[in-house]
Amino acid sequence: MTPEALAGGFARPAEEAARGFRGLLEVLARPGLILRLGGAAPPAPLGAAAGVLALVLLDRTTPVHLAGGHDCPDLRDWLAFHCGAPLVGAEEAAFAFGRWEDLHPVARFAIGTPDYPDRAATLVIDCPRLEAEGARLRGPGIRGEARLSLPEIAAFRANRARFPLGFDAFLTCGDRIAGLPRSTRVEDV
Amino acid sequence: MTGPGYNFAYLDEGTKRMIRRAILKGIAVPGYQVPFSAREMPMPYGWGTGGVQVTAACLLPEDRLKVIDQGADDTTNAVSIRRFFERTAHVATTTSTTAATVIQTRHRIPEHPLREGQILVFQVPIPEPLRFLEPRETETRRMHSLEEYGLMHVKLYEDIARHGTIATSYAYPVRVEGRYVMDPSPIPKFDNPRLSDCAAIQLFGAGREQRIYALPPHTQVVSLDFEDHPFDPGKAPHDCDLCGAVDSYLDEVITDDRGGRMFVCSDTDHCTCRRAAGHSGRLAAPLPAGRA
Repeated sequence: MTPEALAGGFARPAEEAARGFRGLLEVLARPGLILRLGGAAPPAPLGAAAGVLALVLLDRTTPVHLAGGHDCPDLRDWLAFHCGAPLVGAEEAAFAFGRWEDLHPVARFAIGTPDYPDRAATLVIDCPRLEAEGARLRGPGIRGEARLSLPEIAAFRANRARFPLGFDAFLTCGDRIAGLPRSTRVEDV
Repeated sequence: MTGPGYNFAYLDEGTKRMIRRAILKGIAVPGYQVPFSAREMPMPYGWGTGGVQVTAACLLPEDRLKVIDQGADDTTNAVSIRRFFERTAHVATTTSTTAATVIQTRHRIPEHPLREGQILVFQVPIPEPLRFLEPRETETRRMHSLEEYGLMHVKLYEDIARHGTIATSYAYPVRVEGRYVMDPSPIPKFDNPRLSDCAAIQLFGAGREQRIYALPPHTQVVSLDFEDHPFDPGKAPHDCDLCGAVDSYLDEVITDDRGGRMFVCSDTDHCTCRRAAGHSGRLAAPLPAGRA
């Protein structure tokens, strides 16, 4: 473990974690909304917003999958020191971090069970761009409709079709983040 | 730091992480009860331990917290929870619905419409709407997974058969986005229409039963009913005796032992604001100086 792994956490953990959580709550409760989250400085390739999510939600009870280029020593060390989350394969993961193409096939991830739909994975997708344009979103949390640049439509439509089962997603780009819960109906336009 | 011995908002960060994960899953599956590992709180079960834990996981230092108990800001439960967070989180508190950013409530939804950016936290005693029809958790869980809600309609039908109308007047069951049947906590059915298409985030915490559930903003929430017996939110056939409101939920107050009574708004902030604005009811006395 390098000294860099010890840096980049919250300076004031209780307050910054609360602020980070409120951001996560707002974006997941209002799909299409894009917020900036700050306070974390994780090593590349993890962005600042995804780093905040990790610090707010991960601990030793949340198995994490790092996909593709995210599975690097710097990030492993940083998560080990700041979160203590065990690293696992995609099938056992409660949280997964990576680029969309590296997370594929997303059918690998847990979608919960009919009795416990909450036992589903949360994907944190590192996107090259994140804008309130593109795919049309409807559903809980959305007044009328919203737009969000999604990496793909078909996978999210298939995910919604399994509701109440399915994975939930956060889309991040640097310090910006948006939420896409399984309840959102996605349409191409 | 927020004083000797306590983390910000009382709970330790590990507990908050666990509660925050449960809240997010609740948001993702509106109306589904997410199990969580509720902690013992320094207040008895039934006094809002679930709501307090949800509030603690949400609070920011700059929040303005309002706590109501049956609509009132000045009853024991509301006062003690407000003081709890004044002490452990040093947040500002308020009695104003419009000024509050987080509102913890027992058994009411404020009369004033909530806005985007606000969070309404409900205290829930029994989160399972099917519990009094089927005591086994394994069975109610299966009923939810199979969308098997016939038993609930039988219960409402039996109300009609016996009383001629649906007699359930509080904790009236609702269907969320056409999927989960949910207990809205023991709010009067008068408040049920406010659950639907609400601009605020609504979170429900049941401490003893260890469940959290949620309604994102603008979620469709429908009170269960029948085509020939449509849902009726009900309204006492009176106006508020203090502020004259014709459309608020009322408490009946016995004023003597000779049958005297008055009806007053259950939402004390709503009533106070209306009186301050010059509205006046049948028994209204002028407001004491400085109260407005």
